[in-house]
Amino acid sequence: MDDRCYEAVEQLYFYLDGELTFERRVVIAQHLADCPPCGDAFEFEAELRIVIAQRCRERVPEGLRARVYESLRRLDQPPSQPE
Amino acid sequence: MEHMGSLYTAALRMTRNPSDAEDLVQETYLKAYRGFGGFQEGTNLKAWLYRILTNTFINTYRSKKRRPEETELDDLENLYMYKRLAGAEGAAAGRSAEDEVLDHITETEVKEAIEALPEQFRMAVLLGDVEGFSYKEIAEILDIPIGTVMSRLHRGRKALQKRLYEFGRQRGLVPEGSPHG
Repeated sequence: MDDRCYEAVEQLYFYLDGELTFERRVVIAQHLADCPPCGDAFEFEAELRIVIAQRCRERVPEGLRARVYESLRRLDQPPSQPE
Repeated sequence: MEHMGSLYTAALRMTRNPSDAEDLVQETYLKAYRGFGGFQEGTNLKAWLYRILTNTFINTYRSKKRRPEETELDDLENLYMYKRLAGAEGAAAGRSAEDEVLDHITETEVKEAIEALPEQFRMAVLLGDVEGFSYKEIAEILDIPIGTVMSRLHRGRKALQKRLYEFGRQRGLVPEGSPHG
């Protein structure tokens, strides 16, 4: 690990989150290409994030969609007049 | 209603209860529909729906239960999980522990690990890592400064990794005597 490795790891999340300036992004990308240990570490982080996002998805429960439509439809109806 | 699956996922992770999650989603659509006049052309519809969802959760569901003071999380090191896995052999011969863990973490483990996060960190992680919102969008959705978003998101992620790593150890995906133990 040299200074460039520390700098890359320090900025790991900003880099993966796409929250760095273009210039800083290029510096890190170049380092990752030049330094296999950092490249592997970043790749693991990126893959883990995909795994987390994919493995916590829920299917919309049966009936919820219809229930929401129905409640929105009722909002559109004028209140019924008493006879 | 193309966002309903995402909204329901977030609602369930927040309320941790399917019936409350359904009510929360329904309430969100009702408020969105009624308030559509206040929707600014050009703003992100999905972010706007999430803002309504999180506000409704905070105002309705959270107040049902008495909550402890905001919990803090230790700031763990970056690459928490990777540093503990790299170089170790996984349970299956010839495979790295990293690959074992990525392949075999279950949905139940991911969901449990997210739900175990203290609420403010859980919301940041859901919005950032599950829904892919930017720091700025998360700041607007949760109405907190960007610095707070970064701190919650980064700490929350690392705590999530710690939990997932522990699941991996319990299930023998990671050898007990792995390098940094």
